[in-house]
Amino acid sequence: MTVLLLHWAMGFATLAFALSGIFAGIRLFRGPTAQDRVVALDVLYQSAMLLMLVLGMRFGTQVYFEVSLLIALVGFVGSIALAKFLLRGEVIE
Amino acid sequence: MIGLPEAVPLWAAIPVSLLLVLAGILGLVGTFGLVRLSNFYQRLHGPAMLNTLGAGSVLIASMLYFSVLQTRPVVHELLITIFVLLTAPVTTMLVIKAALFRDRRASRGDVPEDPTLAGGRVTGQREE
Repeated sequence: MTVLLLHWAMGFATLAFALSGIFAGIRLFRGPTAQDRVVALDVLYQSAMLLMLVLGMRFGTQVYFEVSLLIALVGFVGSIALAKFLLRGEVIE
Repeated sequence: MIGLPEAVPLWAAIPVSLLLVLAGILGLVGTFGLVRLSNFYQRLHGPAMLNTLGAGSVLIASMLYFSVLQTRPVVHELLITIFVLLTAPVTTMLVIKAALFRDRRASRGDVPEDPTLAGGRVTGQREE
Protein backbone atom coordinates (compact mmCIF):
# COMPACT_ATOMS: atom_id res chain seq x y z
CA MET A 1 0.00 0.00 0.00
CA THR A 2 2.63 2.54 1.06
CA VAL A 3 5.01 1.14 -1.52
CA LEU A 4 2.44 1.63 -4.24
CA LEU A 5 1.62 5.15 -3.04
CA LEU A 6 5.27 6.18 -3.00
CA HIS A 7 5.82 4.49 -6.35
CA TRP A 8 3.10 6.49 -8.07
CA ALA A 9 3.98 9.76 -6.37
CA MET A 10 7.65 9.47 -7.29
CA GLY A 11 6.75 8.41 -10.83
CA PHE A 12 4.50 11.43 -11.20
CA ALA A 13 7.14 13.79 -9.83
CA THR A 14 9.78 12.31 -12.13
CA LEU A 15 7.55 12.71 -15.18
CA ALA A 16 6.55 16.22 -14.15
CA PHE A 17 10.13 17.42 -13.76
CA ALA A 18 11.18 15.75 -16.99
CA LEU A 19 8.33 17.52 -18.74
CA SER A 20 9.38 20.78 -17.06
CA GLY A 21 12.82 20.31 -18.56
CA ILE A 22 11.25 19.73 -21.96
CA PHE A 23 9.19 22.93 -21.64
CA ALA A 24 12.30 24.86 -20.67
CA GLY A 25 14.04 23.33 -23.66
CA ILE A 26 11.25 24.54 -25.93
CA ARG A 27 11.67 28.07 -24.60
CA LEU A 28 15.45 27.74 -24.90
CA PHE A 29 15.09 26.67 -28.51
CA ARG A 30 12.60 29.22 -29.66
CA GLY A 31 13.02 32.16 -27.25
CA PRO A 32 13.02 35.35 -29.28
CA THR A 33 15.62 37.22 -27.25
CA ALA A 34 18.80 36.25 -25.46
CA GLN A 35 17.39 36.94 -21.99
CA ASP A 36 14.61 34.43 -22.66
CA ARG A 37 17.24 31.82 -23.32
CA VAL A 38 19.11 32.68 -20.12
CA VAL A 39 15.91 32.25 -18.08
CA ALA A 40 15.15 28.99 -19.89
CA LEU A 41 18.62 27.65 -19.07
CA ASP A 42 18.06 28.66 -15.44
CA VAL A 43 14.79 26.72 -15.32
CA LEU A 44 16.39 23.77 -17.12
CA TYR A 45 19.10 23.28 -14.53
CA GLN A 46 16.67 23.75 -11.69
CA SER A 47 14.31 21.10 -12.96
CA ALA A 48 17.27 18.77 -13.52
CA MET A 49 18.31 19.39 -9.93
CA LEU A 50 14.86 18.53 -8.61
CA LEU A 51 14.74 15.49 -10.88
CA MET A 52 17.99 14.27 -9.36
CA LEU A 53 16.52 14.66 -5.87
CA VAL A 54 13.43 12.65 -6.78
CA LEU A 55 15.56 9.95 -8.39
CA GLY A 56 17.66 9.78 -5.22
CA MET A 57 14.50 9.14 -3.22
CA ARG A 58 13.36 6.58 -5.76
CA PHE A 59 16.55 4.55 -5.65
CA GLY A 60 17.14 5.13 -1.94
CA THR A 61 20.72 6.39 -2.16
CA GLN A 62 22.33 9.61 -1.03
CA VAL A 63 24.60 9.86 -4.08
CA TYR A 64 22.05 11.82 -6.04
CA PHE A 65 22.02 14.49 -3.34
CA GLU A 66 25.60 15.40 -4.14
CA VAL A 67 24.85 15.47 -7.84
CA SER A 68 21.97 17.81 -7.10
CA LEU A 69 24.10 20.09 -4.95
CA LEU A 70 26.73 20.27 -7.68
CA ILE A 71 24.12 21.10 -10.31
CA ALA A 72 22.78 23.89 -8.09
CA LEU A 73 26.24 25.39 -7.53
CA VAL A 74 27.49 25.21 -11.11
CA GLY A 75 24.16 26.27 -12.60
CA PHE A 76 24.04 29.38 -10.42
CA VAL A 77 27.52 30.42 -11.52
CA GLY A 78 26.59 29.83 -15.16
CA SER A 79 23.40 31.89 -14.92
CA ILE A 80 25.22 34.76 -13.21
CA ALA A 81 27.93 34.68 -15.88
CA LEU A 82 25.38 34.75 -18.69
CA ALA A 83 23.43 37.59 -17.13
CA LYS A 84 26.60 39.62 -16.57
CA PHE A 85 27.57 39.00 -20.17
CA LEU A 86 24.21 40.32 -21.33
CA LEU A 87 24.69 43.38 -19.13
CA ARG A 88 28.28 44.24 -19.91
CA GLY A 89 29.11 42.58 -23.21
CA GLU A 90 27.24 45.24 -25.12
CA VAL A 91 28.49 48.13 -23.05
CA ILE A 92 31.98 47.45 -24.21
CA GLU A 93 31.04 47.07 -27.87
CA MET B 1 8.92 -5.82 -7.68
CA ILE B 2 8.99 -2.05 -7.56
CA GLY B 3 12.15 -1.83 -5.49
CA LEU B 4 10.98 0.60 -2.82
CA PRO B 5 11.50 -0.31 0.85
CA GLU B 6 8.57 -1.64 2.85
CA ALA B 7 9.78 0.01 6.05
CA VAL B 8 8.17 3.38 5.42
CA PRO B 9 5.05 3.75 7.57
CA LEU B 10 1.84 5.20 6.22
CA TRP B 11 2.01 8.40 8.29
CA ALA B 12 5.25 9.28 6.51
CA ALA B 13 4.33 7.97 3.06
CA ILE B 14 1.23 10.19 2.77
CA PRO B 15 2.95 13.58 3.34
CA VAL B 16 5.91 12.56 1.19
CA SER B 17 3.58 11.61 -1.66
CA LEU B 18 1.50 14.76 -1.27
CA LEU B 19 4.58 16.98 -1.29
CA LEU B 20 5.99 15.23 -4.34
CA VAL B 21 2.72 15.54 -6.26
CA LEU B 22 2.42 19.21 -5.24
CA ALA B 23 5.96 19.90 -6.41
CA GLY B 24 5.32 18.14 -9.70
CA ILE B 25 2.16 20.15 -10.35
CA LEU B 26 3.92 23.40 -9.43
CA GLY B 27 6.82 22.61 -11.72
CA LEU B 28 4.51 21.76 -14.59
CA VAL B 29 2.41 24.89 -14.18
CA GLY B 30 5.44 27.14 -13.79
CA THR B 31 7.26 25.90 -16.84
CA PHE B 32 4.08 25.77 -18.88
CA GLY B 33 3.78 29.47 -18.05
CA LEU B 34 7.35 29.90 -19.24
CA VAL B 35 6.32 28.48 -22.60
CA ARG B 36 2.89 30.03 -22.98
CA LEU B 37 3.10 33.60 -21.65
CA SER B 38 3.64 36.28 -24.24
CA ASN B 39 6.06 38.79 -22.74
CA PHE B 40 9.50 38.30 -21.22
CA TYR B 41 8.58 40.09 -18.00
CA GLN B 42 5.49 37.92 -17.68
CA ARG B 43 7.47 34.80 -18.39
CA LEU B 44 9.72 35.44 -15.42
CA HIS B 45 6.84 34.79 -13.02
CA GLY B 46 6.30 31.17 -14.03
CA PRO B 47 9.63 29.69 -12.94
CA ALA B 48 9.35 31.36 -9.54
CA MET B 49 6.82 28.66 -8.63
CA LEU B 50 9.34 25.97 -9.46
CA ASN B 51 12.07 27.85 -7.61
CA THR B 52 10.41 28.46 -4.30
CA LEU B 53 7.51 26.19 -3.41
CA GLY B 54 8.38 23.37 -5.82
CA ALA B 55 11.98 23.06 -4.69
CA GLY B 56 10.95 23.48 -1.05
CA SER B 57 8.38 20.70 -1.32
CA VAL B 58 10.82 18.26 -2.89
CA LEU B 59 13.49 19.04 -0.33
CA ILE B 60 11.13 18.65 2.62
CA ALA B 61 9.84 15.38 1.15
CA SER B 62 13.40 14.14 0.74
CA MET B 63 14.31 15.08 4.30
CA LEU B 64 11.22 13.33 5.70
CA TYR B 65 11.70 10.23 3.56
CA PHE B 66 15.36 9.68 4.39
CA SER B 67 14.81 10.52 8.07
CA VAL B 68 12.16 7.83 8.33
CA LEU B 69 14.13 5.37 6.22
CA GLN B 70 17.35 5.67 8.19
CA THR B 71 15.63 6.29 11.58
CA ARG B 72 17.78 9.32 12.27
CA PRO B 73 17.37 12.98 11.38
CA VAL B 74 18.73 13.67 7.88
CA VAL B 75 18.90 17.40 7.33
CA HIS B 76 21.61 17.96 4.77
CA GLU B 77 18.96 18.85 2.17
CA LEU B 78 18.75 22.15 4.04
CA LEU B 79 22.00 23.07 2.26
CA ILE B 80 20.28 23.00 -1.12
CA THR B 81 17.24 24.79 0.31
CA ILE B 82 19.31 27.66 1.68
CA PHE B 83 21.40 27.84 -1.46
CA VAL B 84 18.42 27.92 -3.80
CA LEU B 85 16.59 30.47 -1.66
CA LEU B 86 19.68 32.70 -1.62
CA THR B 87 20.63 32.45 -5.28
CA ALA B 88 17.33 32.45 -7.17
CA PRO B 89 16.51 36.15 -6.45
CA VAL B 90 20.06 37.19 -7.34
CA THR B 91 19.85 35.50 -10.72
CA THR B 92 16.41 36.92 -11.39
CA MET B 93 17.48 40.46 -10.50
CA LEU B 94 20.53 40.28 -12.73
CA VAL B 95 18.55 38.90 -15.67
CA ILE B 96 15.92 41.61 -15.21
CA LYS B 97 18.62 44.27 -15.18
CA ALA B 98 20.12 42.85 -18.35
CA ALA B 99 16.71 42.63 -20.03
CA LEU B 100 15.80 46.21 -19.09
CA PHE B 101 19.14 47.43 -20.38
CA ARG B 102 18.75 45.59 -23.66
CA ASP B 103 15.13 46.62 -24.17
CA ARG B 104 15.92 50.28 -23.47
CA ARG B 105 18.85 50.08 -25.81
CA ALA B 106 16.65 48.64 -28.55
CA SER B 107 14.03 51.35 -27.66
CA ARG B 108 11.17 48.92 -27.79
CA GLY B 109 8.71 51.45 -26.36
CA ASP B 110 6.91 49.15 -23.94
CA VAL B 111 9.59 49.54 -21.29
CA PRO B 112 9.52 52.56 -18.97
CA GLU B 113 12.42 54.95 -19.19
CA ASP B 114 15.35 54.91 -16.88
CA PRO B 115 14.30 57.21 -14.00
CA THR B 116 17.80 58.62 -13.70
CA LEU B 117 17.67 59.85 -17.29
CA ALA B 118 14.20 61.36 -17.08
CA GLY B 119 15.33 64.11 -14.70
CA GLY B 120 13.39 62.74 -11.79
CA ARG B 121 14.84 62.81 -8.34
CA VAL B 122 15.97 59.32 -7.41
CA THR B 123 16.65 58.60 -3.78
CA GLY B 124 18.97 55.98 -2.47
CA GLN B 125 21.18 55.84 -5.48
CA ARG B 126 24.69 54.61 -5.08
CA GLU B 127 27.67 56.61 -6.22
CA GLU B 128 30.18 54.60 -8.18
